[in-house]
Amino acid sequence: MTQQETPVRKVPVACTLNGQQTEFLAAPYQSLLEALREVVGLTGTKEGCNDGNCGACTVSLDGRIVDSCLVLAAEVDGKSVDTIEGMAPPHGLHPLQQAFLEEAALQCGICTPGFLVAARALLEREPHPDEHRIRLWLAGNLCRCTGYDKIVRAVQSAADKTT
Amino acid sequence: MTTTADRPSQEFKVVGSRPIRHDGVDKVLGRAQYGADLKLPGLIHGAVLRSPYAHAVIKKVDVSRAEAAPGVFAAITGDDMPVTGSKVVDMVEEVTNLKWSSQRVMAHGKAVYRGHPVAAVAAVDQNTALEALKLIEVEYEPLQAVISLEDAMKPDAVIIHDDLVGDHLGEKVSPTNVAEHTRTEFGDPEAAFAEAAHVLERTYTIARAHQGYIEPHSSTAFWSPDDKLSVWTTTQAPFGVRSNVATVLKLPLSDVRVVPMEIGGGFGGKIGLYMEPLAAMLSRKSGRPVKMTMDRKSVFDATGPGPGGQVTAKIGVDKDGKILAATADIRYMAGAYPGSSISAATAGIFACYKVPNVRIDAYDVVINMSKTAAYRAPGTPQATFASESLISELCETIGMDPMEFHLLNAAEEGTRRPDGPVFPRIGNVACMEAIRDSEHFSSDLEKSPDGKLRGRGLATGYWNGGGNRSSVTISVNDDGVVSMVEGNPDIGGTRTTLAMQAAEVFGLPAHDVHPTVADTDSVGYNDLTAGSRTTYASGQAAIEAARQVVEEIKKRMAMIWETEPENVEFEDSVFRNKVAPDQRLTFKEAAGKLGQTGGPVSKTGTVNVRGSGGGSFAAHLVDVEVDPETGKVQILRYTAAQDAGKAVHPSYVEGQFQGGAAQGIGWALNEEYYTSPDGVMQNSSFLDYRMPTALDLPMIDAIVVEVPNTNHPFGVRGIGETSIVPPAPAVGNAIADAIGTRLYQTPMNPSRIMEALANKRNGKNGH
Repeated sequence: MTQQETPVRKVPVACTLNGQQTEFLAAPYQSLLEALREVVGLTGTKEGCNDGNCGACTVSLDGRIVDSCLVLAAEVDGKSVDTIEGMAPPHGLHPLQQAFLEEAALQCGICTPGFLVAARALLEREPHPDEHRIRLWLAGNLCRCTGYDKIVRAVQSAADKTT
Repeated sequence: MTTTADRPSQEFKVVGSRPIRHDGVDKVLGRAQYGADLKLPGLIHGAVLRSPYAHAVIKKVDVSRAEAAPGVFAAITGDDMPVTGSKVVDMVEEVTNLKWSSQRVMAHGKAVYRGHPVAAVAAVDQNTALEALKLIEVEYEPLQAVISLEDAMKPDAVIIHDDLVGDHLGEKVSPTNVAEHTRTEFGDPEAAFAEAAHVLERTYTIARAHQGYIEPHSSTAFWSPDDKLSVWTTTQAPFGVRSNVATVLKLPLSDVRVVPMEIGGGFGGKIGLYMEPLAAMLSRKSGRPVKMTMDRKSVFDATGPGPGGQVTAKIGVDKDGKILAATADIRYMAGAYPGSSISAATAGIFACYKVPNVRIDAYDVVINMSKTAAYRAPGTPQATFASESLISELCETIGMDPMEFHLLNAAEEGTRRPDGPVFPRIGNVACMEAIRDSEHFSSDLEKSPDGKLRGRGLATGYWNGGGNRSSVTISVNDDGVVSMVEGNPDIGGTRTTLAMQAAEVFGLPAHDVHPTVADTDSVGYNDLTAGSRTTYASGQAAIEAARQVVEEIKKRMAMIWETEPENVEFEDSVFRNKVAPDQRLTFKEAAGKLGQTGGPVSKTGTVNVRGSGGGSFAAHLVDVEVDPETGKVQILRYTAAQDAGKAVHPSYVEGQFQGGAAQGIGWALNEEYYTSPDGVMQNSSFLDYRMPTALDLPMIDAIVVEVPNTNHPFGVRGIGETSIVPPAPAVGNAIADAIGTRLYQTPMNPSRIMEALANKRNGKNGH
């Protein structure tokens, strides 16, 4: 950018973000992750690797979970994006959030938003996944603190409680 | 699952329960502020230019074009950084010479590891800063990289630091790449080996492995015109960052304020300085707050993993399997600067056993890779891979059951640890017995239905844990809730485990104690969150502060009841007048009367917990399945038993056991720095480094053993680290059981398993 005579023109993006119509300007090179964090100001979506390997930046894009570091912000124009900030009802918690607290499924907590968004997508598709299915679904989300045991239990517990 | 090996004499109301952690709601909502989440008015963004060479003279660095680029506010090189003299500081888990720290954060004339910062810029946004790095001209003269023990220690070795003076058994040696050679001796091991019925000696190689925290380092600094420096950073050691930044930048200690942000994992890797001094210098030049966040590749290239190295261990036993002597030769690669936890390795390698005759040589060796850092029980998993693998093979050789061997030789209260200290009351035997009595241990290892090979492995491990200095301030609110200010960044639930210990004293629910982790201007000195010390040592400061609060309120009650404070007793959260038993007020009622009886009550507990953390032992049992066609190892079942003394919050204790086991399994099976001959890491992404995923692991059964620690009022032991010690040998022993031959090297990945199987077919063994 600095080597160019004229600055890069930003791209207008209009999307539904956590259920609200939202407009912002993003640089054409900016990832959805960077735009969420730096432009929109939603820092609940975390950067762990910026190359699609850790899942800390998982968001839901038109109902499909994606690594927001691998999506350009400009691509979400006209689409629907759901982040961790939109997960809880007003003055409450999503059953998965409650289960993560009760099952002690977080230690440092940096991977937690990504796990919650990914796990919600699983339970929306399959309300009663078995342990293997949960582990397979969450294999794209790295956690270095818990050894996954309590995360898997939390997802099982939330699934049991939503029946 | 919790077993009480020795029923504690104390009954607890809060300690031992499982409340929801105080910071939990913020963390599941995505509201918690980690390092990179910080926003400040006028904030600009820094980026670092890193050396592409592992070893090179930097002949010229020209930042003028970068500095002149639109949107760039400042650029710095090694010439902008003050030169730091030799100053050795003890960071509890690491002993660091700040001369090396200052060179490590920014190269001065020579790059000594791939990723060594050479220059840095600050610009209006991240992209502009990254683009500006391309305008920096650097002239390197590449030198031969030294990246193995062999190359570093040979007589005509390329010397990495001309000014490194090695300490070789007390003798000053220069030039050398061996920063330290220590020897610990007791008794006469050679004579004992000569008398032994069986002696076995093997050499093991352990790969360097990264802590792998998911949050990359992020540091923000603002250097105010009045020369006050504020640093917001993801660190385990805010007070350590304060003093080390002050030393490196030649500022008065108290002119530096460090604000610990929420921390996304550390495991020992977020103790030392990385970008804090660079952000500070860029802020000074630009007049703006500067944020610097590492990318993942830089985290792998340029921060400190645990050291790799080579360990030769030898054990001699009598005809009954009793240990007569043990020796070890431990050689760790510290990375580009000295300091690779060889003393902890020396303490830990045979700590689980009674060893009457012992000698341990240990070498701290510099090589051209990033300086290693503490990694969960620093130095101990590597050494224990050697000792526990050796013991398993020895048991095989002499036809002895490993469980029987462990129980026969187990260190217990009064046993002298090989490096000197005598164990207080410990749970070593209790952990082994917990495994022996587990359903897992008595279960049959069923045959694989599809021809895969299954095996079971056992290993023990030890970590001493630290004490050191902590301050906690507790203030009573009118409604009987108390606020608690502490100084240890909360990596895994320590706000809650400290609050619970204070709540126990007050007889209040855990949620009536509101914990806050404060900056370095807002709380008394605290050593870092490391060494398994926070719940154990800062917990004692919380108890001390709570007890002072109770004593003060007793005085106030005495005023109200017109009696002597000695007549006021406090039990079950109620103050009573012993002389007039109808005079009683609950803690909450009393809290409302403090304003009128002398003013607010606020007390600080300070401790300097000396000596041992009490020691936490563990025993792990694992079942594996090896695919002989691919070499892939699957963990089928895992049980981890460990002594917590008294588990303050059992869920988070179990979580530490499970998380450490998972890291250890990763170290055993996959994780390594795969490095080119010129010192460039080839697998510096999470995809290629390949830490365990949810799909790679089974549930991990955690057995919480409780043998009370005599050094803590509630019997608590620090438990965070031991769990990474046994997994690699436990997995290795299980693989050996499965395939009938041994691996002497981590990671025990598919290619090495296939090689071991091929060697076995050809009648060769791996040692």
